[in-house]
Amino acid sequence: MEIVCPAGTPASLRAAVNAGAHTVYCGFADETNARNFPGLNFDRTEMGEGIAFAHGHGAKVLIAINTFPRAGAEGIWHSAISNAAALGADAVILADLGLLHYAAQNHPDLRRHLSVQAAAANADMINFYATSFDVKRVVLPRVLSVPEIAAINAETQVETEVFVFGGLCVMAEGRCSLSSYATGKSPNMNGVCSPPSHVDYREEDGVLKARLGGYLIHSAAKGEPAPYPTLCKGCFTAAEKSGYLFEDPVSLNAEQLIPQLQAAGVTALKIEGRQRSASYVAQVVQNFRAAVDALAQGHSMPAGMLARLSEGQASTTGAYKKTWR
Amino acid sequence: MQSAPFEIEKAPPLVAFALRPLPLPLLSKALTALTRSVAGRHPSMFRRLGPFASARFVLDPTDLPFVICLSPDATNPHVILHRSPQHGDAKIAGPLAALLGLVHGAFDGDALFFSRDLVIEGNTEAALALRNAIDDAELDIGAELQAMSGPFAGPLRRAIILAQALTGLCLKRPENGGYC
Repeated sequence: MEIVCPAGTPASLRAAVNAGAHTVYCGFADETNARNFPGLNFDRTEMGEGIAFAHGHGAKVLIAINTFPRAGAEGIWHSAISNAAALGADAVILADLGLLHYAAQNHPDLRRHLSVQAAAANADMINFYATSFDVKRVVLPRVLSVPEIAAINAETQVETEVFVFGGLCVMAEGRCSLSSYATGKSPNMNGVCSPPSHVDYREEDGVLKARLGGYLIHSAAKGEPAPYPTLCKGCFTAAEKSGYLFEDPVSLNAEQLIPQLQAAGVTALKIEGRQRSASYVAQVVQNFRAAVDALAQGHSMPAGMLARLSEGQASTTGAYKKTWR
Repeated sequence: MQSAPFEIEKAPPLVAFALRPLPLPLLSKALTALTRSVAGRHPSMFRRLGPFASARFVLDPTDLPFVICLSPDATNPHVILHRSPQHGDAKIAGPLAALLGLVHGAFDGDALFFSRDLVIEGNTEAALALRNAIDDAELDIGAELQAMSGPFAGPLRRAIILAQALTGLCLKRPENGGYC
């Protein structure tokens, strides 16, 4: 199975390739991708160098252009697609119907993958994208169980890619307005969920208080793990009860489900975390590469060692095993 | 690769004790010279900082008796050490081992944040830009010091390896990734 790894910087791209990634995905340093954070991503020169490095080591590079263009500013996204083609990217990861159409019309030889942001969660929808825009692969949203993924693969020729490690989003992806509500900036259009310009951390008497857009969204007592400052992982109080209203602050880790995912017809395993360091990338990639290599050789799955890298220092198999309350 | 240590060690008390009497102006000059050398050798790091290159960062090694004020302006970067708490655009605090491990790519910044080994205050955007810029630069403080020390590079390298072994601090970039 193919391991698809994140890279937020050229150093992370090299770390991923050196650690055994088959494929690396990354984005340009602007709002065309969903990890538009300060100090992150690639300018055009860095992207070209990164692609050359990856190809020189037998790895592929996918460019995520997976936000939704703002009306009147479509040219920024069109340029990103054209640049990806010119730089020799192996594929672009798109979500917006207009961009899929643009890419299919203007760069028919540039392979198209459907982003998780498109929330294509059944075979009819996936086949529509394949028929209309010759999409070759779909990144499935993190709301499907393993049997549901198998059912999709039985009804489509489009390759499927699934997340196996990293942060989780809540509900149907591509339609989250929580961050927009608190900050005025949209994850789906500006590429920033909980933009750091609107995040404020303060430690008061050992309690870490996280505010987003002025709203207190989480307090972590001394010694408790801290989550990302996202509203979906916020801890709220209502009717004198406090709890995680939307989602617990944990990371997805489907490492032990890789055999089942392979049996379900999955082509590629995706690791989340373009905002993470080269150290994270190297550790996670090595871990998952060892897992798929063991599977290919008929060995048992090696024990994971990624707990410390997980948000909340805890992990879940998410929707793959639906045990949600 | 080794699995990550679950506790970030505090700097050995001997290190903190040895640093206590050092004249901070002298140490500030030395760190400023090091930062300028880094700026010359890693210009992309300063480009990656973008508008935050002119920010003032307070780096607080919580187990040492001083804080480090870093102004990474590419044309005139400088570092000043203070014994008293300082204010800046952004503050990053944690044990020296965590800060050095972060610089050398031995630890993941988000993981240190999750475990509360690293505390960020002030302008989160600036702190994030600095973290990402440093991570991409693949810095090696040991190598930077050697580059500045001419004929003494060899003995310095041996001294850094010895100091790392004695203190357990990550004083140089680990070979082939992984931990120090």
